Amino acid sequence: MAVASPTDTPIQPPRSRLSGVRRAFAPVSEARGMTRTMLWLGAGITLAFVLIAVLAPVIAPYDFDAFEANGKRFPQLAPPSRDHLMGTNVQSTDVLSRVIWGTQTELKVVIVSLIISIGVGVPLGLFSGYFGGKLDRVLVLLMDALLVFPFLLLAIVIAFLLSDRVGQGILTAAIAITVVYIPLYFRVVRNHTISIREEPFVEAARALGARPLTIIRKYVFFNVVQNVPPLATLNAADAILTLAALGFLGYGIQPTEGAEWGYDVNRAVSDAASGIWWTGLFPGLAIVLLVVGLTLLGEGLSETINPVLRKRPVAPVELEAERPLEVEPR
Amino acid sequence: MASKGTSLRKYALVRLALVVPLIFIVLTLVFLLMRVAPGDPISASLGGHAPQSQIDEIKAELGYDEPIWKQYFEYLGQIARGNLGTTITDRRPVTDIVRDNGAATLELTFYAMIVAIIVGVTFGLLAGRYRDTWIDGSGRLFGIVIYAMPVFFLGLMAQLFFGSYLGWLPTSDRASPIVEATMETHTGFFTVDSLINGDWNAFTDSVKHLVLPAVTLGLVTAGVFIRLIRVNVIRTMKDDYIEAARARGIDERSVVYDHAFRNALVPVITVVGLTVALLLSGAVLTETTFNWPGLGHTLLTYLQNRDYAAVQGLIVVFALVVVVASLVIDFVNAYIDPRIRY
Repeated sequence: MAVASPTDTPIQPPRSRLSGVRRAFAPVSEARGMTRTMLWLGAGITLAFVLIAVLAPVIAPYDFDAFEANGKRFPQLAPPSRDHLMGTNVQSTDVLSRVIWGTQTELKVVIVSLIISIGVGVPLGLFSGYFGGKLDRVLVLLMDALLVFPFLLLAIVIAFLLSDRVGQGILTAAIAITVVYIPLYFRVVRNHTISIREEPFVEAARALGARPLTIIRKYVFFNVVQNVPPLATLNAADAILTLAALGFLGYGIQPTEGAEWGYDVNRAVSDAASGIWWTGLFPGLAIVLLVVGLTLLGEGLSETINPVLRKRPVAPVELEAERPLEVEPR
Repeated sequence: MASKGTSLRKYALVRLALVVPLIFIVLTLVFLLMRVAPGDPISASLGGHAPQSQIDEIKAELGYDEPIWKQYFEYLGQIARGNLGTTITDRRPVTDIVRDNGAATLELTFYAMIVAIIVGVTFGLLAGRYRDTWIDGSGRLFGIVIYAMPVFFLGLMAQLFFGSYLGWLPTSDRASPIVEATMETHTGFFTVDSLINGDWNAFTDSVKHLVLPAVTLGLVTAGVFIRLIRVNVIRTMKDDYIEAARARGIDERSVVYDHAFRNALVPVITVVGLTVALLLSGAVLTETTFNWPGLGHTLLTYLQNRDYAAVQGLIVVFALVVVVASLVIDFVNAYIDPRIRY
């Protein structure tokens, strides 16, 4: 198995960055049973949506706001047919096209918001956890205060305040979502950093005279960062739901800027009374499917990486491979 | 016992002392967000085209012309006295809004929580107990799908199926207009008030209106319970005392039901507390989907009217509810589990 490769050669070269990466991914290839199914199914669904988003200009039959083609206006609220596989909505736009273009919007917002929240939350958590002191106490209190707000309300208010000044685009939505997630990354990374800080290998590095920044970068960071991928994947799923909720409430992406699933579902609520199902069902299903994919991927990842939940194959695994995953004491 | 009493009281006092700075920071954050942010809330709430004299008049009346630090202390003082401010657009005290619309939200979330606990605990325990079997598989799949389901989408589907397709249940409002107009209020819970009034028709009417929103919100919340309880059961089943119970030759059924489940359910109390924030977020969406006249619905109306004062007051209410809920949960936990009291 690929797992054993680092110790195959008797004389071990100094640990390169690559072997660290391979070690970090070792649990993924070790995953068995349902965890493995979840992992691959989740990865498959997510990948499919990424492909749809990238290929949107090729596969979408029409533009997301097109209400006519070849000089012929589309019918209003037409049920699914050969011309419009998912029907048309009240503005005569093609539902299928909106779902496909919506994938692009959704993923753009999620990627931007993940980059911002990891970029802010992880360093803050590292420094706050490693150095402790007053800065730590202030940051913890501030983050706790942010977590007190029901997350959606916070996102709505931020989006509302920003939309007055910046406009309702991808950046506004991403920032509104980010504010909710920064405290989460901060908390996880900070708590883990604190437990790592007292480990013998960090103490050894300190005793050798390594500077704090070097210790954080070389010793703490790689141990802590293993927590981030499962969290980020689960957060991406959550971010989709938050964005859709913002869109549903009218504080998401402006309808002229792009198709957004939550907004479409909102427009469909008034259709529901007259029994029109296609305008709401398809964008809603798209949300569900993408979130399921990301959740399966994230849960699969966290089950493989979290040693408490992990089920290993019975085959003996040398201790070397078992070491790097620090079990956080509960 | 005297010793238990003192340590619990000590814990409660310490916990309370920790909450004070948190509340203070929350209030400050809200103030900073709503007031210090650039732009003029008064002119925004008047549609941006009001004459300057009118804006100045309202500003003076609401104290917005004072220096910012003075406004800040005024705001803190008001909240300490239980005054959450007055809305700009229709000059209603925010406390009145909380009283009138809060009951609707409370009723909705209360029944939703009951649905969530019943569904979540059942599926969570079963999935954890029969790990890696089809029961676990379907339980988890249900958990994941229901988690992935936006509450408004589930609500919309429920409206389509039970409302317009089958025609069984109403899809908006708390009760029929006549019932709502004639309801004599005691508690603000329509299901309770109608019983107090002895009005059976009003009771069935309000229950019918409640079913779809409460089940929708409850099912979505149940997803969280399933995931957490399942992990809890798995973790508990690995604990030493389970092993010890098995070693003593105790029947496996009894090990699972009396030892594992009971201990796996204690953390659920904490989860219920944590879910309050989630439930409130979900309530905003559910209320919008089902046109339920609760606090979330009201907040959105004020947001649309750009009424900063109303938004500020209501956000404070939401945050305080979450703080108080987590405080209560901590007390309950400390009472149940002595290890928590330090």
